Amino acid sequence: MTAEEIFNLLKEKFTDSILGFDKDTPTEPIISVDPLQIHIVSKFLRDEENLKFDSLMCLSGVDDANGEKIKHEDGSEFIKGGTLSVYYNLHSVSLKHKVTLKVSTPREEPKVESVENIWKTADWHEREAFDLLGIVFLNHPDLRRILMPYDWNDFTEEISRYPLRKDYKNPEFYQGMKVPY
Amino acid sequence: MGLLDKQFSDGNIVIANVEDLLNWARLSSVWQLGFGLACCAIEMMATSMSHYDFDRFGVIPRNTPRQADAIIISGTVTLKMATRIKRLYEQMPDPKYIISMGSCANCGGPYWEHGYHVLKGIDRVIPVDVYVPGCPPRPEALLEGLMKLQEKIRTESLRKKLA
Repeated sequence: MTAEEIFNLLKEKFTDSILGFDKDTPTEPIISVDPLQIHIVSKFLRDEENLKFDSLMCLSGVDDANGEKIKHEDGSEFIKGGTLSVYYNLHSVSLKHKVTLKVSTPREEPKVESVENIWKTADWHEREAFDLLGIVFLNHPDLRRILMPYDWNDFTEEISRYPLRKDYKNPEFYQGMKVPY
Repeated sequence: MGLLDKQFSDGNIVIANVEDLLNWARLSSVWQLGFGLACCAIEMMATSMSHYDFDRFGVIPRNTPRQADAIIISGTVTLKMATRIKRLYEQMPDPKYIISMGSCANCGGPYWEHGYHVLKGIDRVIPVDVYVPGCPPRPEALLEGLMKLQEKIRTESLRKKLA
């Protein structure tokens, strides 16, 4: 099945949960989904007889940095509003077709339903997106940091918590060690 | 150089300074902590293999900090790892030596500006004896670094730790 056919099928079945279809991307067409419905859509994609997406190839978090950029006095930038996104690259081993899903969630309160109980691959990938971008995956069984130290939250500045956000600012010290060069 | 330059008086007696003897013993069996971090560790392992043969200098990997004399920081030190390295270092008995191998361990290397998670030089956490530059250094460079360390141990004094 092509991405367009899959989109039409999903649109027919889920109507409001499927937000859009972008086929003019340089890589592959992307289907946008409601972040609080993604687990339902995913389960359908996995179990439907003519879809059979049995493999989640990748799950990546992205900072879209499309909010309002506010400059601080010291020259550093801070992004207010806008969205964080999660991309799901699916592949069907038996039917040999692919599709890409995307969910966008507000930067100030990023919440996405977990797909961990649909594809086990998502477990650590979601932890990574949580660790580096601060996206909260609802109903994830073990949402802890996976790469950064567990106490990376203990900074006074909130902006220093999630290192892959575009307005991230390195802390001066971590456990008494100077961080900047 | 020391020991064997001194005269042999009787058949079975070598006369030497205590300092020279201890230093010679120490520098001839630098047991390194079996510990590697990144791509530098691959070069370090190559140095241990038969072609470069670290063992001919008395360097043997020892897999416990309690019985190791030296630690080679071979690779990128993340902030998370730095706390562990500090603990390993504190578990080693004196006298202990540190070789910082490669640009990452020396100063952060390619991660010096945007590496949010990288410690910019292991000398911010533990005292370094010899810095080996390179990215990664060739085994010859590491051998040179080890010989520099041996040179340092050779001139050590009992009264004052130099290295």
